[in-house]
Amino acid sequence: MNAIFALPEASTQAVRVDGILAALVIVSALTLALVFGLLVSFAIRYRRGSKAKRGRLPEIVNREFEVGWTAATFFLFAFLFWWAASADVGALTAPANALEVHVLAKQWMWKTQHANGAREIDELHVPVGRPVRLVMTSQDVIHSFFVPAFRIKQDVLPGRNTETWFQATKLGVFPLLCAEYCGTNHSAMRGRITVMREEDYARWLSAQPEGDDLAHVGAKLFVSQGCSGCHASSSAVHAPKLEGLYGRTVQLSDGRQVRADDAYIRDSMLQPKRDIVAGFDPIMPSFAGLLDDGDIQSLTAFIRSLGQEHGHD
Amino acid sequence: MTDAALAGELPFPPRPDYLRAGSTLLSWLATTDHKRIAILYALTITVFFFMGGAAITAVRVELFVPNGWFLTSDTYNRLFSFHGIIMVWFFLVPSIPNTFGNFLLPLMIGAPDVAFPRLNLFSWYLTLVGGIFAVYTLVAGGVDTGWTFYTPFSTMFSNTHVLTAAAAVFVVGFASIATGVNFIATTHMLRAPGMTWFRLPMFVWSIYATSIVMVLSTPVLAISLMLVIAERWLGLPIFDPARGGDPILFQHLFWFYSHPAVYIMVLPAMGVVSEIIPCFARRRLFGYDFMVYAIIAIAGIGFFVWGHHMFVSGQSPYASLIFSFLSFVIAVPSAIKVFNWTASLYRGQISFNSPMIYALGFVGLFTTGGLSGLFLASIPVDVHVTDTYFVVAHFHYIMVGGSVSAFFGALHFWWPKITGKMYPESWAQFAAITMYFGFNMTFLPQFVAGYLGMPRRYHTYPAEFQVYNVMSSAGAAVLAAAYLLPLVYLMWSLFHGARASNNPWGATGLEWTTTSPPPPHNFDLQPLVDRAPYQYHAEGESAGSDAPEVQNARSLR
Repeated sequence: MNAIFALPEASTQAVRVDGILAALVIVSALTLALVFGLLVSFAIRYRRGSKAKRGRLPEIVNREFEVGWTAATFFLFAFLFWWAASADVGALTAPANALEVHVLAKQWMWKTQHANGAREIDELHVPVGRPVRLVMTSQDVIHSFFVPAFRIKQDVLPGRNTETWFQATKLGVFPLLCAEYCGTNHSAMRGRITVMREEDYARWLSAQPEGDDLAHVGAKLFVSQGCSGCHASSSAVHAPKLEGLYGRTVQLSDGRQVRADDAYIRDSMLQPKRDIVAGFDPIMPSFAGLLDDGDIQSLTAFIRSLGQEHGHD
Repeated sequence: MTDAALAGELPFPPRPDYLRAGSTLLSWLATTDHKRIAILYALTITVFFFMGGAAITAVRVELFVPNGWFLTSDTYNRLFSFHGIIMVWFFLVPSIPNTFGNFLLPLMIGAPDVAFPRLNLFSWYLTLVGGIFAVYTLVAGGVDTGWTFYTPFSTMFSNTHVLTAAAAVFVVGFASIATGVNFIATTHMLRAPGMTWFRLPMFVWSIYATSIVMVLSTPVLAISLMLVIAERWLGLPIFDPARGGDPILFQHLFWFYSHPAVYIMVLPAMGVVSEIIPCFARRRLFGYDFMVYAIIAIAGIGFFVWGHHMFVSGQSPYASLIFSFLSFVIAVPSAIKVFNWTASLYRGQISFNSPMIYALGFVGLFTTGGLSGLFLASIPVDVHVTDTYFVVAHFHYIMVGGSVSAFFGALHFWWPKITGKMYPESWAQFAAITMYFGFNMTFLPQFVAGYLGMPRRYHTYPAEFQVYNVMSSAGAAVLAAAYLLPLVYLMWSLFHGARASNNPWGATGLEWTTTSPPPPHNFDLQPLVDRAPYQYHAEGESAGSDAPEVQNARSLR
């Protein structure tokens, strides 16, 4: 019975969402009771031919009445907005200690990859009580990563990274659904999120087949795709150095300043002519078609690892 | 003796009403009479309504079980796409404006026709051409993009007939624009002497506001579909991210039209209800001027809330905050309207004829749908329930519970004027009540299923949602019966119904001062207007207790 009428509140966000939802349900129920109550009681009391008093309208039924309920409605709605918006703003960015998981969506499958390189399909294992940041992209159409028990949903776009995060609070297995219509087998694009104890998760992770982690895969691509020919510290070509780049603000030749985030790095590989770093010539060729989305995720992880090493020095 | 004879004028020679003014097929297909064009529209959208209805019947039957039993996923996807495209563009958008708006706007403002009668006919032919594209799409194998045509699925990945479907909507959009231009010009130029802006019935205000929304927003729909066609057919890089495009751009363009389109569908419904409630409550409409301002506010703010469809799409979170705030703001004028309709019943003399049952049903369902809109305006809640059955339930409450109820209310209210016949009232009341309960049975469970996480557009679904889908499908059967009933007894009334008098409901409004059905040019004498609408009783008083004929005679001299 419980499973039919209640959805588990399995993340920190779920509690917040359900709080706002409960308030909205109460406001709606009261409003509906008021409107239906008035409709029904007027309909009965003032049915044609009833003995109820008609005649001159009381003074109170006038313009002030109208202004009054307009203002009351407005302030109620403004309060609801403020409450919902502050919950939203509070949950915008993942905590710094979040585990990072990469998600690649395609028709009709979820591929997930942990920071140490372990890969899963239509599954995701995560530890309880630890924030998890999902960095997601799609290989074809728009999908949407939806975990009802966590109250999170985020569209997954081709050609761009989107992010969301959650912190699971309950152990168990929860459904993962695609919520953006993506073609024939949209409704079969489902998976499972398994929330484990921290130590179980560590054990599970170490038992996974040894894959290189993303940064190491990226390092190999950096050489095999020829990036290092210009961007390695030892290179003689005049190209921006990548050490410490990630997260820094970059001055562009047209005067703009951008933050070197995942999206910027992706664009720089695929459309290098778009954002030229100040002081450099636009000589880099586009790697569109040469790198797939997984390659870009790996290269981005590699560039980020350069930044981290730099930061530790 | 008639008033004219008493005044010493000669009686008018007998003249046929608009229905009998010509009986050849050409007299219909080449007519420029707004009333005949309204009938052409009514027939056309009735056909589309039952086509869209048939598609969704198959969908609801399929959803009885979690893993489907007689459709493939591809067929399922094509059916719900067809349902959406037909119902939105070939039924809901033209429903009230092009039938009742066409029929009533000139009558209500005391004009002989709309401003551009031939443009009016042309817009019907455009609807027909668009309809042919839509039906061709279906016959050729269908389209599976949903009514939203999201890129890059529609431009690069779908293997179905996206081009003809987009062409269908593109063409029918121009019918909307033509109608909108026509109605705006008519309202500005052709009002009878004395019909000042604040003497216009609410229905005219609502059609006027709707027309402005149509004219301003529909071109953006045309643009977005044009870009889909350009990318899919000509291969121009627009939305494809691999070539520097942005799939989210399409969503912005699409919702810039499609959110105002919700108001294209619901504002006329509000106008209808604002006519029916005062008539059957024998009351002035409470807060007429606030009702006018509310309609204008809804039409205006409606252009700035489209981003609430995109909270999870990856748009800027700061943009989302602004769209969220504006979405709450636009709920205020809607709430005002609900309060005013309710207050109009206070100290009335309420009778429950079928149009009134539909109108009261509208208020109930619109309120429910509107309140569920607050959930969707709250970003954290929207993130959870968007793209689930919660959204499906929400917009069906507004567009079907609201607009379609009002459409049937209008049909029953003005049927005597349009056809000159009365329908069997008990059957009509029965259908109205059945429709209300059938609707709630169908869509209330979907709120719960959506909150529990059932995504929309799912052919197969996790088994725990079956109970809600069975409830919904059972309700849909009741609803379907309620939609078929009027078809039967209204047809019957055409042949066997009693003759309708000029003003069977004792309503105010110029359309009731002419004969039922009206003559080809609406009025034998140019009407003069010297009062505000809805004068069912003296100002500051409440409903009188005398018979409607007496009250009406008083209000219209």
